[in-house]
Amino acid sequence: MWKDFPFYPEQASTIAQPVDLLYFFLVAVSAFFALLISVLIVVFASKYRASRPNPVSAHIVGSNKLEVIWTVIPLGLTMIMFAWGTVLFFDQSRMPPDAMQFTLTGKQWMWKVQHPSGQREINDLHVPIHKACTFTMTSEDVIHSYYIPVFRTKQDVVPGRYSQLWFEATKLGTFDIFCAEYCGTKHSQMTGKVTVMSQEDYERWLSGAVANETPVQAGERLFTALRCITCHNATSTARGPNLAGQFGKEVELASGAKVIFDADYVHESILNPTAKTVTGFQAGLMPTYQGQVKEEDILSLIAFLKTYGATTPAAGAPAK
Amino acid sequence: MKSTVLTPPAPAAHPPQIAKAKTNYLTADFGWKSWLFTVDHKRIAVLYLVSIMVFFLIGGTFAILMRGELLTPKGDLFDADTYNKLFTMHGVVMIFFFLIPSIPAVLGNFLVPIMIGTKDLAFPKINLLSWYIYLVGGGATLYVAISGGIDTGWTFYAPYSSTYANTNVAGAAIAVFVTGFSSILTGLNFIVTIHKMRAPGMTWFRMPLFLWAQYATSLIMIMGTPVLAITVLLLALERTFHIGIFDPALGGDPVLFQHLFWFYSHPAVYIMILPGMGVVSEIVACFSKKPMFGYHFIAFSSLAIAIFGFVVWGHHMFVSGQSAYAGFVFSFLTMLVAIPSAVKVFNWIATLYKGQVSLETPMLYALGFIGLFTIGGVTGLFLAVMGLDRHVHDTYFVVAHFHYVMVGGMVMAFMGGMHFWWSKMFGRMYPEAMAQFAAVVIFVGFNFTFFPQFILGYMGMPRRYHQYNVEFQTLNVLSSAGASILGMGFLMTIAYFVWSLKWGKPAPQNPFGAKGLEWERAPSPPPTYNFEEGDKIIVTEDAYAYTSEEPAVIAAHEVKK
Repeated sequence: MWKDFPFYPEQASTIAQPVDLLYFFLVAVSAFFALLISVLIVVFASKYRASRPNPVSAHIVGSNKLEVIWTVIPLGLTMIMFAWGTVLFFDQSRMPPDAMQFTLTGKQWMWKVQHPSGQREINDLHVPIHKACTFTMTSEDVIHSYYIPVFRTKQDVVPGRYSQLWFEATKLGTFDIFCAEYCGTKHSQMTGKVTVMSQEDYERWLSGAVANETPVQAGERLFTALRCITCHNATSTARGPNLAGQFGKEVELASGAKVIFDADYVHESILNPTAKTVTGFQAGLMPTYQGQVKEEDILSLIAFLKTYGATTPAAGAPAK
Repeated sequence: MKSTVLTPPAPAAHPPQIAKAKTNYLTADFGWKSWLFTVDHKRIAVLYLVSIMVFFLIGGTFAILMRGELLTPKGDLFDADTYNKLFTMHGVVMIFFFLIPSIPAVLGNFLVPIMIGTKDLAFPKINLLSWYIYLVGGGATLYVAISGGIDTGWTFYAPYSSTYANTNVAGAAIAVFVTGFSSILTGLNFIVTIHKMRAPGMTWFRMPLFLWAQYATSLIMIMGTPVLAITVLLLALERTFHIGIFDPALGGDPVLFQHLFWFYSHPAVYIMILPGMGVVSEIVACFSKKPMFGYHFIAFSSLAIAIFGFVVWGHHMFVSGQSAYAGFVFSFLTMLVAIPSAVKVFNWIATLYKGQVSLETPMLYALGFIGLFTIGGVTGLFLAVMGLDRHVHDTYFVVAHFHYVMVGGMVMAFMGGMHFWWSKMFGRMYPEAMAQFAAVVIFVGFNFTFFPQFILGYMGMPRRYHQYNVEFQTLNVLSSAGASILGMGFLMTIAYFVWSLKWGKPAPQNPFGAKGLEWERAPSPPPTYNFEEGDKIIVTEDAYAYTSEEPAVIAAHEVKK
């Protein structure tokens, strides 16, 4: 009977079961206290009812011992919950190193996904089973939130910054994708289906879909097409810093501050180049690309910059 | 003889003391001017009562329409935009125009001066001003509702609200901005009054716990509300003049909006629950005929909640792009704010122990509050635990949780308080049997409405969904059915309250045998200056002196003098 009336969704990812375990722990603690309090109320209200013969009130004004007990016990329990939940959250937030890297762009009201091999999908998603998948996500307009209940995972998709999410599916099948952050008229229709497939089926699906260039290839093409390379090159007269091999490293700004050359920094520098100019280069030389380059293209450029210099170390060697 | 006696020992020995005062605050003057220009805190409380009930009915209507839409998975009753406006207006009206002013502006206004033994609040004209400001804000909100509505959710998240929404966001922002000043003025008035105007002998630790709760609430009001004002003002500026603050396309940061918004709106949750806790303390002590167990712990836990409440806002933002380390700190601090609430619950229950418990309507509501608030509180932990929040955030689990706190908590406390002090306010008794029945109806209806939503949330149904998956329908139908029961309970209550104004039994001065200046010294209803002429208030005993040290005999009915 309970099969038709479940209390938790299917467990279809590696983190689903740990999340449910923590949930059951909290349900147990909550049920215990709710029951304890209800029983005490009923017992006291009937045992000490005012209508019993010769009612009297005992003169009791408090007990420090009891206060300590009912401060310390809940505190201990909440600390267990806190520690358990935090460890779990950090597991959910730490991207596994050798995962398949997807990019995702949200817009009113659709999800646009690109696979590592270049295929694109709208709203739906196909992933292989038992393979960690990471998503680098941003939004073209308002805040959305990518939510897959059976994977017990969710992350806001925010315009102007990158957020990340990962999962490793453990169950074949088709499951719901929801937008969890209210985003306007068709918020409740910003949904899709994730299909978990075997590795072979996934590869067959990939070959059936129209193969695009991979994000890295697209980024490399854009790097030339948008003329980034004109200034960002390895010559000594270059007007912009050489970007080869820079990704993930620290760069010093004109102000003396240091920032990590990461996805957010690249995004910001493309749309608002004067915000954080690298020391030794003239600010204001680079034009803004706001409105001229799509979020998906920036994601491709980032994918390219991650590999730029690493695959061709000779070409990226500094000139000085 | 089976007895639901109101006043345990020998009520006959205690003749009702009605009509001792020739005129009371209600009969002191007549005509609309005497109400609209009044500076009497009790009349202002009545003005607030009428206005918040209007907003409660409006907000409730929005809720019923939403539950109607959610009977079926398809969006068939309203179109998506209308539905989005309904839940937004429901939230805005209920939070800013009902919940926040409910207990402070009605019961607080009426009781704070009487409970400390003085004739009015420190600034009576500012008190009236706060009501007018409230009306201006409320009127602006109604105008927004009629002129196209607003569809951002009560949280106004940017950049949807600042750039993308096509509804009257700026109007609603201004309305909320204006109404904030009403809160600030009320808070200011209470703080000054409690500091400066206590009767001789009314020391801080002789104050009824209701006053401690009002004091803590007032602190949050004056410290938190300005931040909300700044936030909505920035939002209106960005929307109107395209000044880049929150929208990344203009160089802003949308997560900044959430930080600012929740910096007020999380403490605002405590504005909405602390006064309720104060009411429950009064009721539990009275209907147990026993001193409050752990008075100091309850008093200080109110302050602890007010203070800790300001440093936990980030628990609304674990998956918003906030750093995981910030989330770590906010999760930890949230665990700490749970403790003072737990302490209160245990102290209330210990107060019942070896008392004389009677279950009149106010007590039914108070006990209902304790149970429902406990569920609301512990389910808050599910959301404060980061690993779980990733799954339940922005689902119906959240909706269920905060309705258990706001309706199961605050509204139950408000109903309990209204029944408890109704006779004091209007000099008439409500019909007890019908009120008990309505209390049970409300309790049952409430649980049917909101308990299924916990399960819906864990099953993965996101909140603010106009359409939903078929498998969620059963629980949604249950919830909608519960809402109709809940609505009937509220309507019944409003009906018999209004009925009792004319036909209710005339109330004695102290129908429940309660302790406190408003019962022992003030007639029902009190005269304009609260106490009879020449009655010099000097307080000589602690709050809730229902028992005395030596004989273990009740002092439930100490006759005056």
